[in-house]
Amino acid sequence: MVTVDLYPDEVYNLISEIPDPEIPVITIKDLGILRGVRVEDGVYTVTITPTYTACPAMGMISDQIKEILGSHGVTNVEVELTYKPAWTTDWLTQEAKLKLKKYGIAPPNHSSCSKLFSTAEIVSCPRCNSKHTSLISRFGSTACKALYKCDDCKETFDAFKCH
Amino acid sequence: MTTKDAAYTYTIRLGDDALILGHRLSELCSRGPILEEDLALTNVALDMIGRAQALLKYAADIEGKGKTDDDIAYRRAEINYYNHLLIEQPNADFAHTIARQLFVSVFEFLFYTELEKSRDETLAAIASKTIKEIKYHMQHAIDWTLRLGDGTSESHNRMQTAVNDLWMYTGELFEMDEVDAQLMRDGIAVDLIPIKAQWHNDIKTVLSKATLLIPEDTYMQTGSKKGIHTENLGHILSEMQYLQRAYPDAVW
Repeated sequence: MVTVDLYPDEVYNLISEIPDPEIPVITIKDLGILRGVRVEDGVYTVTITPTYTACPAMGMISDQIKEILGSHGVTNVEVELTYKPAWTTDWLTQEAKLKLKKYGIAPPNHSSCSKLFSTAEIVSCPRCNSKHTSLISRFGSTACKALYKCDDCKETFDAFKCH
Repeated sequence: MTTKDAAYTYTIRLGDDALILGHRLSELCSRGPILEEDLALTNVALDMIGRAQALLKYAADIEGKGKTDDDIAYRRAEINYYNHLLIEQPNADFAHTIARQLFVSVFEFLFYTELEKSRDETLAAIASKTIKEIKYHMQHAIDWTLRLGDGTSESHNRMQTAVNDLWMYTGELFEMDEVDAQLMRDGIAVDLIPIKAQWHNDIKTVLSKATLLIPEDTYMQTGSKKGIHTENLGHILSEMQYLQRAYPDAVW
């Protein structure tokens, strides 16, 4: 058996480029799903957090982490799910927000905008940048998105809910 | 009762509310009145199932008999389920679905806001996660209550009927027993007395705005804390548990 000794940082870097299964233009690191790696008694524990409690991508992400590390000879891996601190869209990097916009998804504003009973949040159209947009449905194609339409270019688009 | 036993029961009760409502809402998949609503209600269902998974997994950990969340979800008899009676009420027409969601989500918003302060770290973490999702559920239910109540005479009448029909199941949301009492002493459980007052206040505001009348307090149904349910739960379970009953240990 090959024993591989890697620093947690190296393990982190190996898996940080795993794309999100539902929005493949951004990585699990960009999204803030990948929370950290620690090593104890030769066992690497990777901590991930779901975007939404029932995020169906967790199983797949966990499998991919094990697969990638396995291909580098690291087999003693455990993936741990944490709810605390609760995931927030504020963890998305500026770079990730630009990638989302380019992909056609309006990136989230700062989470302070998600105050209760506020419909005043302005979401810009990812295609024409117009601020004249209206909410079609608070619930979209995945748990983390809402459905909007642009009142200028008339396109409908997904918007990442600020959370 | 030990704290461990109380914590197990408390967690199962919370988990069952999420599990049964998740299943109830999933019945509307592909049956929503419009496409956006179909997506909305199934999204809420998904959030509920996620919460149920987290809570039932935690209940299994507390029990410490090596069970999984699935064992707990699929292998209990009706009398061992502790979800509130309101939760298991049928979807009926869209007004009934919305009235139930309104009563439940306003309650959950107040409840989980308090549970975030619990001394049980796992429950507090699940609460801080789930509260973000509940805000969406509540906003959705309030929007529709206003739209239907202050809509046409048909939608108004249906919404009023739904509110009246479900009212007798709301009293139970605020009942507390020895499990709550013990865990409140330990700083784990939420005191439901202030929540009851706030809930009535909030519901009154929404219903008034929706031009709906607040039902008078009549006889309130009770029983779920002891596993006594309306006829609806058995039907849910027969469908939900079918596969695990017919083919034990079946996996994907």
